[in-house]
Amino acid sequence: MDDAALDGLIDAGSAIMGITMKPAWRQAVRMHLAISLGHAETVLEADLPDELDPAPVFRA
Amino acid sequence: MNGSATAIAAAVASGRTTATAVVTACLDRIGRLNPVLNAFTAVLAERAFMRAASQPIGPLAGVPFAVKNLIDVAGLPTLAGSKINRDHRPAMADAPLIARLEAAGAILVGALNMGEYAYDFTGENAHDGPSRNPHDTARMAGGSSGGSGSAVGGGLVPLALGSDTNGSIRVPASFCGVFGLKPTYGRLTRAGSFPFVSSLDHLGPLARTVGDLAAAYDAMQGYDPADPVCVDRPPDPVTGVLDRGVGGLRIASAGGYFRAGASAEALAAVDAVAAALEASETVTIPQAERARSAAYIITTTEGAALHLQRLRSRPDDFDADVRDRLIAGALVPAAAVVQAQKFRRWYQQAVLRLFDHVDAILAPATPCVAPLIGQKSFVLDGKDVPLRPNIGVYTQPISFIGLPVVAVPVPTAAGLPIGVQIITAPWREDVALRIARALEAGGVARAPSSKREA
Repeated sequence: MDDAALDGLIDAGSAIMGITMKPAWRQAVRMHLAISLGHAETVLEADLPDELDPAPVFRA
Repeated sequence: MNGSATAIAAAVASGRTTATAVVTACLDRIGRLNPVLNAFTAVLAERAFMRAASQPIGPLAGVPFAVKNLIDVAGLPTLAGSKINRDHRPAMADAPLIARLEAAGAILVGALNMGEYAYDFTGENAHDGPSRNPHDTARMAGGSSGGSGSAVGGGLVPLALGSDTNGSIRVPASFCGVFGLKPTYGRLTRAGSFPFVSSLDHLGPLARTVGDLAAAYDAMQGYDPADPVCVDRPPDPVTGVLDRGVGGLRIASAGGYFRAGASAEALAAVDAVAAALEASETVTIPQAERARSAAYIITTTEGAALHLQRLRSRPDDFDADVRDRLIAGALVPAAAVVQAQKFRRWYQQAVLRLFDHVDAILAPATPCVAPLIGQKSFVLDGKDVPLRPNIGVYTQPISFIGLPVVAVPVPTAAGLPIGVQIITAPWREDVALRIARALEAGGVARAPSSKREA
């Protein structure tokens, strides 16, 4: 994802989430977003069975 | 205060010293060294002397300890390393783990510096300043339990509590050259602590000897319904089994991912530990890289959700290094979070099968020795990468599925210590601690004395 696409996500996402971005933060947020989305891609590429249950913590 | 916790307790129990004398010496050392190490954010002298005067008894009688400042201490706001939480009302009661340690005779002497909201591997803090490495004060203590590593590594206290979501006990243990225990997920109650990532948060001890680590761990075990994650199972004391040796244990080193990016010092430390244990086998932890990514995604998104209101209302009051990561976390697609939790199920099942064949797995705790304070990048696997997001590359795939780990300190040719993880099956802290004890007895793992003996 290039910088323009990351900036688009930052602009739209921060507005939707109610976070007021300041220009001075952008470079660092962009860097961390790129890292996070890279990890997200690694996770989303996993070939997992449909039936597999997620593993958050819960006991009935 | 370089005496071990168990030695202090024995001296107090026998009448060779008193808890008051121990507290006096401890506070004196804190007063001399903390201005340099910056490990403490609160020193509780009055409380400690009152407690000492009550002539505490138990396996930790008279042992001073301190806690990461995300753990509730009655009368103090629970900072969690933040500026924002300074506005919180003081905690009404001590966290259960403090109460349990004090029931065993220990004496709380203070609260410890940490990376803001525990989203940190450096021990740096924009509000309180960095906790410093006791073996080279120009270097990081590691985080986020930086004050815990610095205080124990510097001999200010023999015992401290930290938290570990992705490595925040094991990283400072590695950088500061102390033993650290991240127990099984759900073993020790987290009640009365400020959260970070509920899916991954653990509390645990750091100490200078394996016996001290075990004594503290034993004192803190036990079910607590106040933490929904705490598992209802009876305590499983380990102190009495530490010296059973490692004969018959099947121990292997983690290959592949866990060797790919490590520095020469990290690899040499793992190899030295493996050689001492005659552990020649290598195992592959399947899809560890993806596990690390999944832990990363769960962390950044749960962290962002936890702090969203504060990001909206008080963004300038965050440590910028933390705020900017949390904002990025708020923008990660939800599908990745759910998939990360699904992958956790798959990965847990796959890794648990390894323990059909081995009892413990060895891996580096950190890819390198302590970096310089302020350093923003380092070389990992031949590439220059941002430091803050990548120091936990070897710890994250392990805590991701809640396995117990003891980090043991090993000396390096660089003159600084580095940690090796001893990873075992869930609820087998006893095996990890037995191995750590054997390494300590053999002189392979040891907490070096701080050069700061002023």
